[in-house]
Amino acid sequence: MAKEFVPAGADLELRGIRKEFPGFTAIENLDLQIPAGEFFALLGPSGCGKTTTLRIIAGLEEPTSGQVMLGGQDVTFTKPHERPVNTVFQSYALFPHMSILENVAFGLRRRKIENPIPKAMDALNLVELGYAAERRPQQLSGGQQQRVALARALVNRPSLLLLDEPLGALDLKLRRQMQIELKAIQMEVGLTFLHVTHDQEEAMDMADTVAVMHKGRIEQMGAPEALYERPKTAFVAKFLGQSNIFVGQAVESSANSLAIEIAGTKLSVPKHRAEKQSGKIALGVRPEKAFFHHEAPATSPDLNILGPGEIKDIRFTGVSNQYLIEIPNVGDLIVFAQNVGMSPVAELGQQVWVSFKVEHTFGLSDLPAGDED
Amino acid sequence: MAFAAFSSNKPAPNAAPMKSGKIVLALLLPGLLYLAMFFMVPLASLLVTSLESPDPSGAIGQYVYAVDFSSYGNVISRYFPQILRSFGYAFAATFFALVISYPLAYFIGVRLRTRPLIQKLTLTLVIAPFFISFLLRTIAWKQILSDNSPTLTFLRSIHLLGDNQFFLGTPFAVIWGLTYNFIPFMTLPLYTSLERLDLRYLEAAGDLYANPAQVFRKITLPLTMPGVISGTLLTFIPITGDYVNASRDFLGSSQTSMIGNMVQADFLQNSDYPSASALSAILMGVILLLVTVYVRRTGTEDLL
Repeated sequence: MAKEFVPAGADLELRGIRKEFPGFTAIENLDLQIPAGEFFALLGPSGCGKTTTLRIIAGLEEPTSGQVMLGGQDVTFTKPHERPVNTVFQSYALFPHMSILENVAFGLRRRKIENPIPKAMDALNLVELGYAAERRPQQLSGGQQQRVALARALVNRPSLLLLDEPLGALDLKLRRQMQIELKAIQMEVGLTFLHVTHDQEEAMDMADTVAVMHKGRIEQMGAPEALYERPKTAFVAKFLGQSNIFVGQAVESSANSLAIEIAGTKLSVPKHRAEKQSGKIALGVRPEKAFFHHEAPATSPDLNILGPGEIKDIRFTGVSNQYLIEIPNVGDLIVFAQNVGMSPVAELGQQVWVSFKVEHTFGLSDLPAGDED
Repeated sequence: MAFAAFSSNKPAPNAAPMKSGKIVLALLLPGLLYLAMFFMVPLASLLVTSLESPDPSGAIGQYVYAVDFSSYGNVISRYFPQILRSFGYAFAATFFALVISYPLAYFIGVRLRTRPLIQKLTLTLVIAPFFISFLLRTIAWKQILSDNSPTLTFLRSIHLLGDNQFFLGTPFAVIWGLTYNFIPFMTLPLYTSLERLDLRYLEAAGDLYANPAQVFRKITLPLTMPGVISGTLLTFIPITGDYVNASRDFLGSSQTSMIGNMVQADFLQNSDYPSASALSAILMGVILLLVTVYVRRTGTEDLL
């Protein structure tokens, strides 16, 4: 089955892409390189320019300036039907007047490839929908339609497959299942995938590389783990997972660590985890890497301690409890505590101290909205 | 029948459960009465008349009830050229109306989507001719195409038209008039289909290696077929029975008369009511047959 698809992904490179619409700029000076065979996710909130980026790559929009290079060739002004790129659209856009099989065979027929029907059938079998070949799109469920859309794109063996939030319309369980299938298919066929999504879990789960896009620019790009452990901007820290962020003036700097002062307490960060070394600095920590204590913990150079504060809210989410802790002059902190047999471990209104390891602290290059100078 | 295409391509899957038979009947009654009085009764009267035979006394315009099918044979042999001509003109005029209306409807329904105000304005322009009686508009064309009109003088001066050539009274003028008069009936259903066309299908087809011509042939045209069908039916059926454009008082001559002109002449001038009725019945039968075959062939039985 897999032999039907020759791994022939191509490198994609965007050079200085800029796209202006009447009244606003959707993309500002975007540079991006995606190596062949990679599963790349473009992650961002709605309106960040990610779908426009995808449409420029597909050829459905022309950039105001910049170049789109595919496999080393400039395709900026190539028409969509002449690009070796296929898209799985957010709306699926399956042709309602054709059978599922004819939908999948459409691209093959247009390119006059031999035996379009057996090839389309193979692709349908790959997404386990061979039995629905003669049905019409309207007769399938959302998840099935999504798989047909995927088969219709994959069967053409494009150099680059674009996925425009294809899982957005599915319910959680189906979505999970499709994520696993999609990843498996990508590994099997070895194509370059560019997945556009606003779902950070989906992006981190599936992609080799994630680029976080915000207001038409790429804020940060890297492997999902790196992005999660070391967010470099306040936007990434907040959009990709949750973060507790503290803003203070840099007060101390040693060979390998840096400290800021906030409400009379010093918080340290390793120098190699800090983007900014002086002035007003934002430090952060992930909620699952913070702990609370009923007594003030012993001070240690490896530990950042805040408190005392008061538990304002407890949310039970199944695997963990999420505590909202208000610390005077510092603000609200979120702490996740796993439910490993002793839940709840704290009561609402209790006085607690919060600690987290210096090595888990990260320093941001900018300040969160509202804290700018 | 064809009007169904204006609202939806699909019949409702399930009728609402019968709540109260009496209320439903009361609501249906005005429509049923209307149909009975203004369709069934005249139709029956027409069919009965078509079977009458001449009064034995020989008085002109007097007929007696009979079951006499001879009128049918008579009119077919007498009016065969007019019958053929009617369908020939109707095919031609429908074809030209479609060729002119589709790009127009596409422009208004697809290209002008981003400019709703201009879209509504252009649509009004398509309907605007209805504000003037179509008799007046056809007479206007008669003047424009008449032998000594500035149009013909100009065409002659640039030698596009010879000195002995003219428009009025030719099949060309009649088809021209028919096409002109029925273009709005073609454009409006096409517009409704095209205006609803989901452009994402066109993008998807382009993404799947279809060039613009293939996108049109494989996606746009099939998806707007309901509009094409209702448009062609709404033009073809009335054109076949039209008696204004082909009349010698308007754009035609005795060489261009259609079935409608013959029905008119038999009813109003010759007082040959059975022949006129038989001709009407034949016209209706042939149209019904053609439309059924057409709708079956294009796979849009929902319309019937």
